[in-house]
Amino acid sequence: MPNPAIEVENLTKDYPHGFLNLKMRRSLENLTMQVESGEVFGFLGPNGAGKSTTIKLLMRLIFPTSGTARILGKSIEDVSMHRDIGYLPEQPYFYDYLTAAELLHYFARFHKLTAADRHERVQKMLKKVGLESAKKIQLRKYSKGMLQRVGLAQAVLHDPQVVVLDEPMSGLDPLGRREVRDIILELKKEGRTVLFSTHILSDAEMLCDRVGVIVGGRLRGVGTPDEMVGIQTQGMEILFEPDGTGKSFPLLARATKTGERYRVQLPEAELYAALDELKAAGARILSVAQLKPTLEEFFMNLVDADRAQANAVEVSGK
Amino acid sequence: MTNVWTVATNTFREAVRDRVLYNLVFFALLMMGAAILVGQISIGIEQSVIVSLGLTAISVIGIFISVFIGVGLVSKEMDKRTLYALLAKPVQRWQFLLGKFAGLVMTLTVNTAAMAVGLYAVLWTVKHPLARSDWYLLVAVYLILLKLALIVALAMLFSCFTTPFLAILFTVGVYLAGIYAEELRTMQAVDLNPATMRVLQGVSYLLPNFENFNVMGAVAHGRGVPGTLVWQDTWYAMLYAAIVLTGAAMVFSRRNLK
Amino acid sequence: MTQRRIAEWLLVGLLVAGLAGVWQLQKRIDAEQKATRVEWDELSVRSGNVIKKMSLEYAPLMGAIYWTRVVQYYGEKHRLHQRNLDLLWPLLDITTTLDPSLVVAYRFGSTFLSDRVPRGAGRPDLGVKLLERGLQANPDEWRLYQDLGNVYYFDMKDYRKAAWAFEEGSKNPKSYIWMKVMAAKIAAEGESPETSYFLWQQVYETATDPTIKKNAEDHLKLMRVELDLKAINGAVDGFERQSGRRATRIGELIQAGFIRGIPRDPEGYPYVLGEGGKAELNLNSPLLEQMLMEKSQSSRNELR
Repeated sequence: MPNPAIEVENLTKDYPHGFLNLKMRRSLENLTMQVESGEVFGFLGPNGAGKSTTIKLLMRLIFPTSGTARILGKSIEDVSMHRDIGYLPEQPYFYDYLTAAELLHYFARFHKLTAADRHERVQKMLKKVGLESAKKIQLRKYSKGMLQRVGLAQAVLHDPQVVVLDEPMSGLDPLGRREVRDIILELKKEGRTVLFSTHILSDAEMLCDRVGVIVGGRLRGVGTPDEMVGIQTQGMEILFEPDGTGKSFPLLARATKTGERYRVQLPEAELYAALDELKAAGARILSVAQLKPTLEEFFMNLVDADRAQANAVEVSGK
Repeated sequence: MTNVWTVATNTFREAVRDRVLYNLVFFALLMMGAAILVGQISIGIEQSVIVSLGLTAISVIGIFISVFIGVGLVSKEMDKRTLYALLAKPVQRWQFLLGKFAGLVMTLTVNTAAMAVGLYAVLWTVKHPLARSDWYLLVAVYLILLKLALIVALAMLFSCFTTPFLAILFTVGVYLAGIYAEELRTMQAVDLNPATMRVLQGVSYLLPNFENFNVMGAVAHGRGVPGTLVWQDTWYAMLYAAIVLTGAAMVFSRRNLK
Repeated sequence: MTQRRIAEWLLVGLLVAGLAGVWQLQKRIDAEQKATRVEWDELSVRSGNVIKKMSLEYAPLMGAIYWTRVVQYYGEKHRLHQRNLDLLWPLLDITTTLDPSLVVAYRFGSTFLSDRVPRGAGRPDLGVKLLERGLQANPDEWRLYQDLGNVYYFDMKDYRKAAWAFEEGSKNPKSYIWMKVMAAKIAAEGESPETSYFLWQQVYETATDPTIKKNAEDHLKLMRVELDLKAINGAVDGFERQSGRRATRIGELIQAGFIRGIPRDPEGYPYVLGEGGKAELNLNSPLLEQMLMEKSQSSRNELR
């Protein structure tokens, strides 16, 4: 097994807050995880859980209180390692007095590419993210979606092995989200490692090889989306329409009504008995489906459990 | 080092596109007005007045740019988060700082040179042909430029660890204190004990002595400036700015971005 | 036109009317202030050092600004024939503190501080003080020695010090020969009309400041008048010796050949013979007023 692309060990981050910055708030606690080479890893969690904090720590925008991390085998303290990684910040904002082409050229210079190389790549990138026609317009005139695309372009311009995206889908319309998803899949096909954070669970389910769930500054679990949720199904669901005579039967009481239709959930063992009951009552059976819990439910349970405890884990500082 | 140059040229481009250089229009109007009025108001000392006014304008406008734009160099990037994508590239934070500094100093050089040309033009209309002593004006302008570079360094230092408003306040405060540093040194206050006097003296040496760069009195009356002073001032500015920028780099390198 | 447009035009009209109102109101306020404000001069800060500190690095420019104030102040006072020149010294003090190299300020100050009222402030001691300060800051300006000599000679009548001043000035290789000559002459003779006339002539010919030049011109004219009157009185005496009686009209002197042509004062008015056959200025001549002021002031000085 090749070395993991990203390794995090006991990463902890405290923020000073409160009056005169005397108190400490622990926004990340002992995070330990790994992202394997070539996989798409989703970093999931509600707002404020610590996803952005982790990513900013990796990119050396903020400094850890304790713990270490390595990307491609090099410590995060090593700035030269940035040659092989690409980063898209959360809610990206770039120099609004530059055009897209100028911005990409500017960033390309830091990667020490030759002039010809720069030109070629910038052109390629603009085309890839669909900004070819807008490349001479100043960024101050760009919509949010366009800025996101510029952000993606500058993240992969230099052909990095590892790409880190902080909330790449936030604020995009469904079309924009689709485009980003396609780009991520393309990156995966090219063999790059992708780490991205999101709170949109359906995206994670669709794209990720593995996910890491972080709530309240702590990592709650890492695994494939299936693993996280548990492969066991929770039962069956029947969708039916009663015959209209108003006759009541036990199943009706258990069912939830939407318009003219009723749906009822029951364990697999009770399925055939229920079908018989419905047939006897003259109800029309519309569908019978297997209930598969989603990441969302798993997620919600976690959050609720967390909230049941004390609010934030407060570590009183100096 | 090329990273520094890359950031510097972009900073210059930003200044141009943000229309910083339009201050030259204001300067031009001011000088033209002065040229017209000076004949009416102060006969016999036209040259002195124009030189004094011109150098004052160059200095004041330059200081405004140095303080306000100097503070913004780092603050703006931190506030608007344009810095984030940049720092993810293989570039050190100190290279970023130095590049920003160099970029603004380049802008100031261009701006000041343009103003010097304007000043000579006005001087020429009031007094053709220009005498040899009029070239001393260039020395005065050069020294003003050194002073401005030092102010930019200070502005950057303060903006690395406080809010933009406070950074502006501190920078202006140090500028004012620096002007009076020489006075502080030679002050003869009778009722201060010797220990306090010595402390004040020490402080006066450590403050940036901006009066070093002020030769308006001599140049306005056609007198020259000794070459040694120019040399010494150049070294002083470079050394002091280097110290300030190093401090800024140290602060900035450990700063957590929000 | 839609309602919206009408409303917009009305608003613009209102704004214009508002500005017109502001204009009118300002005129009223100006008139009101002129009525209540007494015509006194204001100089809120008198300390040159304080102003210098407030000027940050821009003291020479402030010096130039205060210099224009000096010129305006004197010009106004002169125009309104006011005698009170109290603010002249403070203004000059501030100007020269701000810009010690502003030579014209010392020259101007020395003349108008020392000169007798109403032409000047009548304070030759302050004139000397100013010049000494000027020489300390600009030791190469030999013209300040010239001015110093003039103050001692004309206004303080201290001929020893005047000679000394001219001598000091002559030591500067850039100075003119006459400085040394004058030094010797004054040391030997003290005051003499030729010396006085020569000194004023030097000022008149070399002054760049128009006010100083005009002042020198006035002095020269008065001196010319003195010399002319002296000459005419000499002719009157000669006439008396010859004809045994005093002449009553200039014409008689001309006819008798003691004077050639009609003698006129520098303003072009012919001289007349007054009571007792003494030469006098023509009643119409503007120089008469100046002469009378000089006479009354000097007699006042003698009484003190």
